[in-house]
Amino acid sequence: MKYKSVFDIIGPVMIGPSSSHTAGAARIGRVARSLFGREPKWARISFYESFAKTYKGHGTDVAIVGGLLDFDTFDERIIEALNIAKEKGISVTFIEESANAEHPNTARITIGDDQGEMELVGISIGGGKIEITELNGFHLRLSGHHPAILVVHDDRHGAIAAVSNILSGHEINIGHMEVSRKEKGKMALMTIEVDQNISEEILEEIRRLPNITQVARVVD
Amino acid sequence: MFRNVAELVEMAESQNKKISDIMIEQEMGVTNRSREEVLGQMDKNLTVMEEAVERGLKGVSSHSGLTGGDAVLLQKYIEKGNFLSGEIILDAVSKAVATNEVNAAMGTICATPTAGSAGVVPGTLFAVKRVLNPTREQMVKFLFTSGAFGFVVANNASISGAAGGCQAEVGSASGMAAAAIVEMAGGTPSQCAEAMAITLKNMLGLVCDPVAGLVEVPCVKRNAMGASNAMIAADMALAGIKSRIPCDEVIDAMFKIGQRMPSALRETAEGGLAATPTGRMLEAKIFGIAPANRD
Repeated sequence: MKYKSVFDIIGPVMIGPSSSHTAGAARIGRVARSLFGREPKWARISFYESFAKTYKGHGTDVAIVGGLLDFDTFDERIIEALNIAKEKGISVTFIEESANAEHPNTARITIGDDQGEMELVGISIGGGKIEITELNGFHLRLSGHHPAILVVHDDRHGAIAAVSNILSGHEINIGHMEVSRKEKGKMALMTIEVDQNISEEILEEIRRLPNITQVARVVD
Repeated sequence: MFRNVAELVEMAESQNKKISDIMIEQEMGVTNRSREEVLGQMDKNLTVMEEAVERGLKGVSSHSGLTGGDAVLLQKYIEKGNFLSGEIILDAVSKAVATNEVNAAMGTICATPTAGSAGVVPGTLFAVKRVLNPTREQMVKFLFTSGAFGFVVANNASISGAAGGCQAEVGSASGMAAAAIVEMAGGTPSQCAEAMAITLKNMLGLVCDPVAGLVEVPCVKRNAMGASNAMIAADMALAGIKSRIPCDEVIDAMFKIGQRMPSALRETAEGGLAATPTGRMLEAKIFGIAPANRD
């Protein structure tokens, strides 16, 4: 079941006018910000289908940039997000894509600074609920509603068990987990949604494991 | 965990509980929180709804100028006393409109189940409050009952206009509200399901065709009609009228209609009212004047 909580239905509390095109967009932007781990210097945002046709009317552009600035769905600064980004010197480009997408409300966000860049695809499935479907070319499903960690690792036996052992040692319960890889034996990505927030110490422990390349945290 | 309306009603009736209790217990289990925490979060959402209605009844205007002020007009009309339909219905309509006018003005609202359909549930709640005199907890429970039915629709069909048209948004909201009114008025869980079915049947096929892609025209007035639809269906169900087609099958029909709806009628502003000469003229006027502000 896609919707698990009654507050997915009665909620979110948000700035109007659209739960999918405004609140959902803000959430996609905020997950991107959280995964990037810092404020980006530039952002390139592609809108598909309904997002592409109606983003101006729904304030999707304002909201997604609000999310990149780490504003929540009910943060009134969302309304001024484009101006705030400008003042901070963040360059933002919007692209209206004509191609079809897997879902009618799809956005592809590429953000970066002088240290690196990141690409993410998010879909807004209704009522403010979102899913992240792609990260740097990896396919995944991330609801953004639970704390989660993303672990980039080499596709070797034991890598997954080692990570889950560390979590279990800290009594962290895994709610949802999936693994995807681009090619057998090469780079792979673990997406782990958990019930509790994960401390920096635990992340450090995971980073020290063999075959682990990168660990990022998405806090609820 | 209930997967459809039949299971929800069965759980409530076999345990001699209300729909809202089943939803509250499920939420406690899923999120591992206490009853107080779960009720507390919903109480906060109720406060947001009250504040939005209050703000809308004072009069707001959207940035485009397309909507605003109708809630105030309707309240003044009710005060004069020579209305034709009914005071509680018109009160529900004005409060639904108030909420959506605030939403269109980029104000703070609580999505129920979406922002574009956020007026129906609070509009009807605050109107029936005047005749049923509920406690604060009963008002909070109204939202759980609505949420339970919305939960089934969201998981078995859709609550997204881009995926299923307006029937998935205002249609769902109206069905949710009708069911919650029935529970608050003392109806049985199966009467709640009848009310939901009767309401949604009358919203089937409703397309999502917002002028200029804005959640304003016709969204605000669709919330008005959604609220009145919910009120009438609730009264019908309380009178003992049943839907010949079971609620779950109506939800499934809604889903399938949504899948067959062309993309032009699913929140792309390419068909329906958005594509009328006036719709296009308004679009050009709104984005033609100051597109630089948006780009």
